[in-house]
Amino acid sequence: MAMMRYAEALNLALREEMARDDSVFVFGEDVAAYGGVFKVTQGLAEAFGDRVRDTPISEQTLTAMAVTAAMAGSRPVLEIMYADFLPLSLDALINQASVYHYIWNGQVSMPFVLRTQGGGGVGTGAQHAKSLDAMVAHVPGLKVVAPVTPADARALLKAAIRDPHPVIFLEHKLLYNLRGEVPEEDDAPGEIGRARLVREGGDVSIFATSRMVLEAEKAADDLAGDGIAAEVIDLRSLRPLDLGAITASVAKTNHAVVVNEGWRFCGYTAELAATIMDRAFDDLDAPVERVATRDMPIPYAETLEREVIPDAAAIAAAARRALA
Amino acid sequence: MTANSPSEQELLEMHRRMVLTRCLEETLGEMHKAGRTRGPIHRCDGQEAVGVGATAALAAEDFVTTTHRGHAVYLGRGLDPRRVVAEIFGRETGYCAGRGGHMLLGDVETGMLGGNAIVGASIPAATGMALSMQLQGAARVALAVFGDGAAQTGICHESMNIAALWRLPVVFLLEHNAYGLTVHHSAQSSVPELSARAAGYGMPGETIDGNDVVAVFQAVAQAVQRARRGDGPSLIEARTYRLEGFSTSDMGGYQPEDEIAKWRARDPIMLSRARLAEALGAARVAACEAAARAEMDAAFETALADPMPGFTPHAPSAPYSEPPDGGGR
Ligand SMILES: Cc1ncc(C[n+]2csc(CCOP(=O)(O)OP(=O)(O)O)c2C)c(N)n1
Ligand SMILES: [Mg+2]
Repeated sequence: MAMMRYAEALNLALREEMARDDSVFVFGEDVAAYGGVFKVTQGLAEAFGDRVRDTPISEQTLTAMAVTAAMAGSRPVLEIMYADFLPLSLDALINQASVYHYIWNGQVSMPFVLRTQGGGGVGTGAQHAKSLDAMVAHVPGLKVVAPVTPADARALLKAAIRDPHPVIFLEHKLLYNLRGEVPEEDDAPGEIGRARLVREGGDVSIFATSRMVLEAEKAADDLAGDGIAAEVIDLRSLRPLDLGAITASVAKTNHAVVVNEGWRFCGYTAELAATIMDRAFDDLDAPVERVATRDMPIPYAETLEREVIPDAAAIAAAARRALA
Repeated sequence: MTANSPSEQELLEMHRRMVLTRCLEETLGEMHKAGRTRGPIHRCDGQEAVGVGATAALAAEDFVTTTHRGHAVYLGRGLDPRRVVAEIFGRETGYCAGRGGHMLLGDVETGMLGGNAIVGASIPAATGMALSMQLQGAARVALAVFGDGAAQTGICHESMNIAALWRLPVVFLLEHNAYGLTVHHSAQSSVPELSARAAGYGMPGETIDGNDVVAVFQAVAQAVQRARRGDGPSLIEARTYRLEGFSTSDMGGYQPEDEIAKWRARDPIMLSRARLAEALGAARVAACEAAARAEMDAAFETALADPMPGFTPHAPSAPYSEPPDGGGR
């Protein structure tokens, strides 16, 4: 075991996968000489030369190139600096990446990873603070993962790189400095599609993604003060969903809170709530409570941003409503 | 077929593929009138020399990407007419078992990857394949075929810059048929000659006669050689003209009659027929054309008798399905 930062765990995964497979390459803005604006790719250019490339600021084309480079035998890992720029990637994701495996009747697969980071909380403003998870998770043919711990960051990035299909890998700007144990000696890839039980509890299930898992843990502490035992589940994989983990927890607690940092309307929490309704309606004692970002641009000032992005207090309040 | 001047045999083969394509388009037109086609079909009558001449200049291991109007590329690349027709009619025996349709046909075996109905998307598609080839150290080239309308997209600019910057083994073949849907190129582009843009990316650019299959073959062969040597991309603007509507649902009215007549007199098949008749004799050329027509007729007959696909749910391993219930955490 080694203690490392989330960003270092990602870096380790990239190094390991590039060393074991020559077809893996990394490209994106500022990723080579500078090592990435969040320093995830630091030192890779020195180690792997031309397989790590600084690119022009051309997200639409870079994403489209990842799709076909993957089709032609490479395993590209593309860094899109902010999730807010995903709209530029969407044509390549929706109209190219997601379709060919099916419409060409299995003739091709596209093993590429699009890494990006989203989320707010540090005053990056309306164009650099969003969580557009639902936009990518909406698309059949894309897998979407969002690890929270350094160990999961490494294991799931390795799994994403080895996956035969496109994987959107969602990081969060407030997670990069998070420290955690990483089992260096065990370099097996993680499994995409499996949730993580963060904390057991019998009264209410809180299903959360990305940084909201940390807020859910704080909310669970708060609820424990009132004698409420909250179960916290880190979904890790937004698509495919771990339906078994979701239904098993709801069967136990009969109450569900779903949390995601994206917008509420047509948002990821809407899908989670509907899924629980579909799969576990008979186990519910109360309607599913949703916690999401307010449907508005992310403001800059701290006093405003705080009101817009969900936090532990909002999650705890939702749990209390569910149990009321 | 990599020498810059095609042999008579090679020219005859290109002619055959152009005729094959024309027969495909004409039969599709008739079938559309009879209400037997599904969805819009984008015919390339009058433009066959571009797709056929260009693909003839590729090696077997090269890649090609094309547009919503890709029939000449499909047949030029040597795809089986029966399976092309089957795909157009959504049959199980089509190249994509009816999943793709006439605009989105793809075939890994020939590197025809593939038709693309998002305007401009064939450009970064080939550029990405070229990047993969460069990283793999493979001397394989990717050819992007795209229209004059597609040349106005942002991804066209981005791709050309990246390709020239990294000297990627890609050839940009601009199939200039004077219109982007109904809009004339003079209302779409700030410059009349699109090859002039190549200079801005620091790559060679030229405008050629896209109705002359030999000119297309030679220009593409030269650009392919350059790309294969590691000297980077080229832009070729092949001037041609679409003699039929934008698609089978085009109601027309925007292509002046005298413009059509002028280009009809320069029909690429007529031009190569005349050239070949001189070299090989009219009888040999006529026999070749008759064989092509018979081949396409047979392709229709067989393909139309082929079964339609039945829907099957995706396997749990497919990227399109959720894992089954009951997974752990
Ligand atoms: C991104 C996008 N915008 C618009 C369309 C609708 N559309 C299809 S073909 C076409 C014209 C394309 O012109 P050009 O590239 O010159 O190709 P041509 O049809 O002339 O072969 C348009 C506007 C589309 N399919 N994709
Ligand atoms: Mg055009």
